Amino acid sequence: MSRLELRHMRKAFGGLEVLADISLRVDAGEFVSILGPSGAGKSTLFQLLTGAEHGEGEMFFDGAPLDDHGRHFAFMPQRDALMPWRRILDNTTLGLEVQGLGRKAARTRVAPLFAEFGLAGFERHFPAQLSGGMRQRAALLRTVVQERDMLLLDEPFGALDALTRAAMQRWLEQMWRHHRWTALLITHDVREAVFLSDRIYVLSARPARVVREIQVPLPRPRDPTSAATRQAGVLEAEILDILLNLQPTKGHDHD
Amino acid sequence: MASSSFNPRQLAGFLAQAAPAVISIGLVLVAWELYANHSGIKPTVLPAPSRVFEQAMLNRDALLDNAIPTIRATLIGFACSLSAAFALSMLVDFFQPLRRALFPVFIVSQTLPLVAIAPLVVLWFGFGLTPKIMLVALVTFFPMLVALVQGYEATEVEIGQMLRAMGAGRWRVFILARLPSALPYFFAGLRISITYAVVGAIFAEYAGAAKGLGIYMLNAKNNFRPDLVLAAVGVSAALTLVLFGLTVVLQRLAMPWERAAGRRAARKGPQA
Repeated sequence: MSRLELRHMRKAFGGLEVLADISLRVDAGEFVSILGPSGAGKSTLFQLLTGAEHGEGEMFFDGAPLDDHGRHFAFMPQRDALMPWRRILDNTTLGLEVQGLGRKAARTRVAPLFAEFGLAGFERHFPAQLSGGMRQRAALLRTVVQERDMLLLDEPFGALDALTRAAMQRWLEQMWRHHRWTALLITHDVREAVFLSDRIYVLSARPARVVREIQVPLPRPRDPTSAATRQAGVLEAEILDILLNLQPTKGHDHD
Repeated sequence: MASSSFNPRQLAGFLAQAAPAVISIGLVLVAWELYANHSGIKPTVLPAPSRVFEQAMLNRDALLDNAIPTIRATLIGFACSLSAAFALSMLVDFFQPLRRALFPVFIVSQTLPLVAIAPLVVLWFGFGLTPKIMLVALVTFFPMLVALVQGYEATEVEIGQMLRAMGAGRWRVFILARLPSALPYFFAGLRISITYAVVGAIFAEYAGAAKGLGIYMLNAKNNFRPDLVLAAVGVSAALTLVLFGLTVVLQRLAMPWERAAGRRAARKGPQA
């Protein structure tokens, strides 16, 4: 059964229609990406999920209408949103503290995870002392330790340089294989979507609708050097073609 | 600073930074001394710095006696202003319409000329501490309020979004994100306001007081003792500098991550 299901979600800000018709589902333990051009309203979709905005349509979680938003989702924003005044350890406990856990209890719960996230020895550092990749890992740690039903990742690697981003994608794929989080990723990076996802929804430009749902049948672990790389390349080219052909260029005729 | 954190390199760096200021002040004093001694100008018009210093030493008991009420008025007035600014900044942050209702009033309060207001406040509230506190508060309240309100608004949008997604209410968001985000603005406002505060206190005393640096300056001027006026000016400048230095120390203690950011820049190579 699907964990998350959206049926015909629509959203307009004033007269501006942002989401035209979004239907999608995410199954338990599935990694799903939403891929679309910049400004397509992908982040608006997350705002509907986290309850920051309200739209028309139906949202279900585990078959029941979605009401208590905060309970189901752990949200990771585009930039790391680490608090400069909190040490890394205290940044990662933030979600637990908001849930009402004492600071000490929260620290004991987070501390053992630092090694796995490649942050061991940096607990007492401030975010400004860490590299971009480390900051993103800390942000992801802060997200997953909330132990919500599902992760919402909003272009988590968008602000990183290309090399760090590639390293972080590999690392995330490996982490995901161990934990099997149910995850929904927003990205406009085709390669990232193919590399990480089980399924991809391709969105049109604003007002966004789902133009294609694509299965990614590549075997895991997703090793960029493996034989499956060629298969991934074909898939990437196909998706890129879809995306480029839905740019709203005037006079462009495409069926 | 504690002796455990003493670092000779730090001291040398501090001296190197302070040297240009020390040299320029020294040059001004030397030029002033030479002019006062050799131009034939009367010491009752322009006393030499050496004479000012000499008289300050001779009158140090009187100066100290008059500095204490000024310090008291400055600190109490500033504390009142700070508490009021903090309370009101929170109200404004939670109820935005208040801002439109109140800010014009405060802006008008900043346009009042101190020269006109100070004697009136003394007239209404007498020669005691109250009018001094009020004047110090008048000149420092608005800059502190603006600094705090601006600081809250400088909170990173994504931190707010994330906290709300975590289920935090407005109060939690304020405590966890908006308040700490305002710290750099708060300290910038504090550094400016503390210097206004001393000036405000002296002005209030100038308009009427039993004791204080302001009234001391007025009396010295009326007695044709510019050397004593300047000695009192020196004391008030020293007082301002000490208070300013305190805010800098306070900021360092309250915001340790600022210096941590500098340490990363000094370290070699990235650690990915």
